[in-house]
Amino acid sequence: MSENTKEFWRWKEYNWHDETMDPKVAETISAGVDVGSVSSQAVVMVDGRLYAYSNMRTGSDSPDSARKAMSWALENTGLTLDNIHYTVGTGYGRVNVPFADRAITEIACHARGGNLMYGPTVRTILDMGGQDCKAIHCDEKGKVTNFLMNDKCAAGTGRGMEVFADLLAVPIEEVGESSLDVEEEPPPVSSTCVVFAKSEASSLLREGWSKKRVLAAYCSAMAHRVVSLLERIGMEKDFAITGGIAKNAGVVTRLERELDITSLKSKYDTQIAGAIGAALFAKTLMEKQRKKVAK
Amino acid sequence: MITAGIDMGAKYIKVVLLKDGVVQGRAIAATGFEPTASALECFERATKESSVDKSSIVHITSTGAGRKAAPNVDSDITDVSATAKGVVHLMKGVRTVIDVGAEEGRGIKIEADGKVVDFAVNEKCAAGAGAFAEAMSRALEVSIGEFGQLSLKSEKTIPMNAQCAVFAESEVVSLVHAKTPKHDIARSVHDAIASRIVSMVRRVGIEKEVALVGGVSHNPGFEDSLNRGLEMQVIVPEYPEYVGALGAAVVACERAK
Repeated sequence: MSENTKEFWRWKEYNWHDETMDPKVAETISAGVDVGSVSSQAVVMVDGRLYAYSNMRTGSDSPDSARKAMSWALENTGLTLDNIHYTVGTGYGRVNVPFADRAITEIACHARGGNLMYGPTVRTILDMGGQDCKAIHCDEKGKVTNFLMNDKCAAGTGRGMEVFADLLAVPIEEVGESSLDVEEEPPPVSSTCVVFAKSEASSLLREGWSKKRVLAAYCSAMAHRVVSLLERIGMEKDFAITGGIAKNAGVVTRLERELDITSLKSKYDTQIAGAIGAALFAKTLMEKQRKKVAK
Repeated sequence: MITAGIDMGAKYIKVVLLKDGVVQGRAIAATGFEPTASALECFERATKESSVDKSSIVHITSTGAGRKAAPNVDSDITDVSATAKGVVHLMKGVRTVIDVGAEEGRGIKIEADGKVVDFAVNEKCAAGAGAFAEAMSRALEVSIGEFGQLSLKSEKTIPMNAQCAVFAESEVVSLVHAKTPKHDIARSVHDAIASRIVSMVRRVGIEKEVALVGGVSHNPGFEDSLNRGLEMQVIVPEYPEYVGALGAAVVACERAK
């Protein structure tokens, strides 16, 4: 057992809003709330432009996590829930967003969000989330044409990476960079199961491997696992990675190396892709509703 | 004639000393990070405690995941064959063996002489192995021994959604937050492992009698869940974790002749 009480897996939660924008003059204020199995995000969009968002850990109670994420996104914006015209819930806990007008699957939302974040040329989106990993094909409008997912096993997910960060006592945000700081690429960890990979990592450390080398071996194993998912669905350019693992350069670099392709980068936070997609759907739905009323 | 069997398991090393079909001594040691050294120590202890003269041992056979790392052995044999041999040595009527260790679960179909007809193994994933129960007992903050007993107090079936041990841990934590009694969670965990094992064993076919061996057989909660899953009673021998080592010693005896 580790004597450390510090939780190395615990990533920073944050919120943001654009102070240059004035939401009061907006025609449509839409919101998307993505309640994932590990993290929850709320996004507020003003006439289809990103205005505010938050990113935090999902608690044991989904409705509560949704409410918290939303109120944190709205913090210091002068807006309240009442100012939002339409809200779409998505993610694992999408049916448990109490203030949502509608729920849409996270697959549809990631494709739609990815379309805005990476531009309409993006065709393959790899969403590496907390407890699952999805390879999504979409068209130029951000509509899903095909997808494959692994949600049965922690290998290749953010939760698996958190377990490793904790085991090696390396803060989760530093895992990627740290894993790239090796002179020579070690062979990947051979166990698929995260539980077994942990024992394997312990014996590697015992053999004298540095933490960085073990992390390199794990990031490489994770990249490899995901490549096989992408191979099954077929790789179509352009390619982008969303979700928390997209922030891990150790996995992303190795993934790009193995696929021999560079992934598109975005100015947006990769973890809010689902919530952005949900907020975009919310805007469209609001506009439809208005048209109906006008008729 | 005295022979020895060494089972180099993922978590524990087991040694059995056999003289004319009767067990003379046995010892167990944690595999740790230096399996060869652990095996030597375990072997020493087994001979010392049983007063068996090391030089009188005519043949040593190793088995288990780390069998190639076993020191001073004359031959080795796969885990599946060794387990089958060990079971038949103890219980003649058994046709199906369920062997659940720390990191592996196996279903083995055998003939009366211990010959393996078919088998299925799960070694890729902790779901369906002892490691799963251990991880969940840690999440519940009870010892693994207590965890097995706790399960028997429950009469409630709560299905576990997660298959993966890592995800199941979060699920257990959520159940704890939802004030679910610990014994109900324990049963839910054991049911989950048992259902994984049952579907694996069904692939090789279940024929009576069914024996349960391996370290996880010491867990009464798991045994209970397995009996419910199979809708029959499994037989658990005395010293179930030594069956592989015993089988290796039996094989050593055959090979020495």
